[in-house]
Amino acid sequence: MFKYYGKFIPYLFLFPAGIVLLIFFFIPFFQTFLLSFQDYSTSIYHPALVGVENYVKLFHNPVFYKVLWNTFIYLFVAVPILAILPLFIAILINQKIRGVTLYKIIIYLPVIVSIVVAAIAFKWLYADQGILNYIAASIGVNAIGWLTDPNYALYSVILVTIWKGIGYYMIIYLAALMSVPKELYEACDIDGANFLTKHLTVTIPHIMPTIALVTTISAISAMKVFAEIYVMTKGGPLNSSKTIVYYIYERAFENLDLGYASAMAVVLLVIVMVFSLINIFCFERNKYQL
Amino acid sequence: MKRFLEKFSIHFVLIVVSLLSIFPFIWLISTSLKGAGENIFAYPPDIIPSDFTWDNYTGVWQKVDFIGYFVNSMIVAGGTVILNLILSAMAGYPLARMQFKGKKIVFFSILATIMIPFQAIMLPVYLITLKLNLVDSVNNFAGYIGLIMPFAVSAFGIFLMRQAFLGIPKEMEEAAIVDGCSVWQLFTKVLLPMVKPSLAVLAIFTFIGSWGEFLWPSIVLTKESMYTLPVGVNNLQGMFSSNWRFIAAGSILATMPIVIFFLAMQRYFISGENDGAVKG
Repeated sequence: MFKYYGKFIPYLFLFPAGIVLLIFFFIPFFQTFLLSFQDYSTSIYHPALVGVENYVKLFHNPVFYKVLWNTFIYLFVAVPILAILPLFIAILINQKIRGVTLYKIIIYLPVIVSIVVAAIAFKWLYADQGILNYIAASIGVNAIGWLTDPNYALYSVILVTIWKGIGYYMIIYLAALMSVPKELYEACDIDGANFLTKHLTVTIPHIMPTIALVTTISAISAMKVFAEIYVMTKGGPLNSSKTIVYYIYERAFENLDLGYASAMAVVLLVIVMVFSLINIFCFERNKYQL
Repeated sequence: MKRFLEKFSIHFVLIVVSLLSIFPFIWLISTSLKGAGENIFAYPPDIIPSDFTWDNYTGVWQKVDFIGYFVNSMIVAGGTVILNLILSAMAGYPLARMQFKGKKIVFFSILATIMIPFQAIMLPVYLITLKLNLVDSVNNFAGYIGLIMPFAVSAFGIFLMRQAFLGIPKEMEEAAIVDGCSVWQLFTKVLLPMVKPSLAVLAIFTFIGSWGEFLWPSIVLTKESMYTLPVGVNNLQGMFSSNWRFIAAGSILATMPIVIFFLAMQRYFISGENDGAVKG
């Protein structure tokens, strides 16, 4: 019966999506590599081919290492918390209790709200004479420059990313928890296992694939953070909260150094592709029916 | 008794988590309702405004074109949703139902786009958008098209629709063909109505993603009259430098449409059936 469709019809159906993907995905993908071998800093209209010069400059730039390091701190702090905390909350919500829908709606709310509004809300909490410093003072801690102290700025921004992600991963975990066989919990109850052993021995092993999935997708999104930093700190103070995407943006659109920024984009591309490959081939096979 | 204590502690933890989830908004709302007579930096902080007023809302409303931002966001998000539905359905159909040369290559090329983060290719995308004159300095219509096109289709959407078409029994197609349907009729009249639930999911999640998009519009937009809501909200900081009453009121105003949308559509988000549907 597949003969019915003829030779060209499949291509006609694929054409509109194909042309968009070609212009806005595939061409830019290859052009990113091309740009990274060009120098735009002297003239934006007549870039010169400079070979690997951008990469050489990049790997001799201490700011680049700082930015890369910040990005990895982002990963190391945000990813474990986003893999564990939402699971804990999902387990609690999955108990037979009242008000489950209301809890889910409230905890999911930060996911829906624009990251710009979330960042502004936190900027207000973090103000020098703001409410967080009031709390700090009332427990006897000196006022903290949440966004103005190079030691704290990055972590203050990470907190926003974590806060905004919890609801999202909680819902993913809730879906996974539904697949854990109820009989196993009943067996635990008969054995008199407590809350902790019950979940350590039954829940965690059962949803290990989901934990791995959440780990990789939260790692991929941590690599891509931009708005939080743009709205709250602009990467400062002293580059302390600057991550790779923000630095690409800054070099490209403020210094108009497209070649240099593209060399960094290639580095970002390579790192994200590694995570994505792991994700697609290990955890999301079903979604794409590979 | 033990059961009661367990339930009590579960509720206690969940209430704390819920409060932490909404406290930043509550504090923003509280600030937005405080009049000039009240110190917004008062120690100890007051959640309930003592000098209650709506003035910050009317003030910010008069100075900022929220209706304009809202309309821009609607045009961009609406256009992005419509194109995603059409292009994903059209591309998902042959991938699910037809056999053709190069199918594997097409399949893996689309899959590959999932691995390419927009942030890594945005510089060439920007140059191409400029070359195609899809920017607001040409005219507003071109500006909207430029905001929409890079997100007009996604691998996620194509695979979602492919899955949906795979779930339709072959007999449906055969019956339609025997009845003398053309391919286009078969697609639009028989198959599309059967994948409505997937189209709805795709529409809702594309809408949310497009509505919140910040990086791309802040790169391409040059005119304030073209600002979408996130760009406009970020701009409040520059407009009212340290007037936190106005910034708070403006942020809350700009957030209301999406909160209403979420509450109306909440079952799609929190049911867990569509997990992983929002782009990261």
